[in-house]
Amino acid sequence: MTVDKRITLEEAIERIEPGESIALGLALEHAIPFAAGHELIRQGTDELTLIGPISDILFDQLVGAGLVSNIQAAWVGNVSIGSGYRFREAIEGDELTIENHSNLSIATALEAGRLGLPSMPTRSLLGSDILEEGPFETYCDPVDGEEHVLVPAITPDWAIVHAQRASPAGDVHLWGNVGVTPQAVGAASDVIVTVEEIVDPSVIKSDPSRVAITREQVTAVVECPFGAHPSPLAGYYRRDHGHYISYGQHTKTQGGYDTWVKEWIFDIEDRAAYTERLDTSLEPVSADRAAEVRYGR
Amino acid sequence: MDADQSSATEGTEYTPQELMVAAAAREIYDGDTVFVGMRLPMLAYQLAVSTHAPNALALFESGVIRDDPAGTFIHTMCDLPNQFEAVATTDMLAVMGRLQRGDVDLGFLGTAEIDRFGNLNTTRVGPSDDPIRLPGSGGACDIACLAHETVVLMRHEPRRFVDQVTYVTSPGYPTDGSGADGRPSPGAGPRRLVTSKATFGFDDCGELYLRTVHPGVDPQSIHDDMPWELKTRETVDEEPVGQTAPPTPDELELIRTFDPEGFWTS
Repeated sequence: MTVDKRITLEEAIERIEPGESIALGLALEHAIPFAAGHELIRQGTDELTLIGPISDILFDQLVGAGLVSNIQAAWVGNVSIGSGYRFREAIEGDELTIENHSNLSIATALEAGRLGLPSMPTRSLLGSDILEEGPFETYCDPVDGEEHVLVPAITPDWAIVHAQRASPAGDVHLWGNVGVTPQAVGAASDVIVTVEEIVDPSVIKSDPSRVAITREQVTAVVECPFGAHPSPLAGYYRRDHGHYISYGQHTKTQGGYDTWVKEWIFDIEDRAAYTERLDTSLEPVSADRAAEVRYGR
Repeated sequence: MDADQSSATEGTEYTPQELMVAAAAREIYDGDTVFVGMRLPMLAYQLAVSTHAPNALALFESGVIRDDPAGTFIHTMCDLPNQFEAVATTDMLAVMGRLQRGDVDLGFLGTAEIDRFGNLNTTRVGPSDDPIRLPGSGGACDIACLAHETVVLMRHEPRRFVDQVTYVTSPGYPTDGSGADGRPSPGAGPRRLVTSKATFGFDDCGELYLRTVHPGVDPQSIHDDMPWELKTRETVDEEPVGQTAPPTPDELELIRTFDPEGFWTS
């Protein structure tokens, strides 16, 4: 008898308390959980710490809503145009703090968390101001006698992941590139998974090598079609480039952001209403299928 | 002729960015394992693997590994055309592990500021009491520290060449002139800087020197852009400063196949 972890997006996001830390945007530009982020904005959950390698515009949207106190990330902006204007203005106005990482240092910090270690070494960062200003320590490794950098573990309160499909119990199929998803899921105290489709457990069990997250790691499962838009999701929809460019053009000022957030989040009831607003066809251009996989018994 | 305008050679028009892509692609050797960043390096890899380097393998920090161009135009390394029929779609530590082990021959970097020793800044510029925030490192610091060699791409503007970068996001060579041996990290450091007006190398002290100017660019204008006295190729290997080879018609056709509307190259 497995526990059914299906709840609504609203119920799942209500479990996140103000002041908690959330890792999200973990597969880089792929499979970013925008629907979950937009629900955070609707609920106004504030004083958040955001953790991720590169966030594309989701971090910028949460910053623009005034919900973020601290960011631990390697890159924050808009991949299609460069700057994230809400993030820039908040940092330049000392409205939030940032712990600058590289992609490898944030991956290493989360990997240490996943392995239950206080820290892990890296050969990166040496000679950079990321090392000088950050929470890192250099040390002489007793095994090879060389100088390395110790990266303190990061253990987020929450990780939020968007994936293709999951069982009601929270066993998750995720494919395509996954960035630091395994590390963040392993390091986090609680995990919310939004998926395109909830499927019968037999579907998940038919291909166990595709399981990226297992049920005991998962707090809540939410069925949320198009939950990663405007980011792409392998097999489901392509990236909506125009949406990123338009967001950048409309959010150069806080007033512009306020108009944007009203139009795209506050005036929209839920994700179904959101997807109805989209006029772009984002169907994957290829219907090619992967080769059949057999496991035998 | 101003290199910021489209240039004509043998009747072929091209943009400065298209020339940068072609020059960057030539830095990829056949059989290289390449760490490919965003924007122009994505195009440079696609060009190289389609021409002189069919056995170059591309690693993307998202976890994607490719051995051929994406089928259609991409904004990001995670776009579905870059994942479709990839060699593998893995995770970040899988590709960063290859980088940290020393398996990556060449990495690409972009920058807002560069000093005479190839130290790069993509984190913040301007005075400390009134800074302008930039997006940050992403994987750039890791590539700078850990790739065997790197190639830096930068739009050519005098303000980007500085005596001291505001923030060292991606380390180049030590400012004491100790060169590759003085670097605290495993990689050998930058091999090349390609701007929209010229290409540069780095000498044994790790100092930038002028190698080639793009067609139509006056070499003196490059010297005038620098806040320090720029070394040239004559002082390094006694060769005169040359002219950057423009993209060939075949290269241009390929670049325009990968970026049909000139999103990255116009």
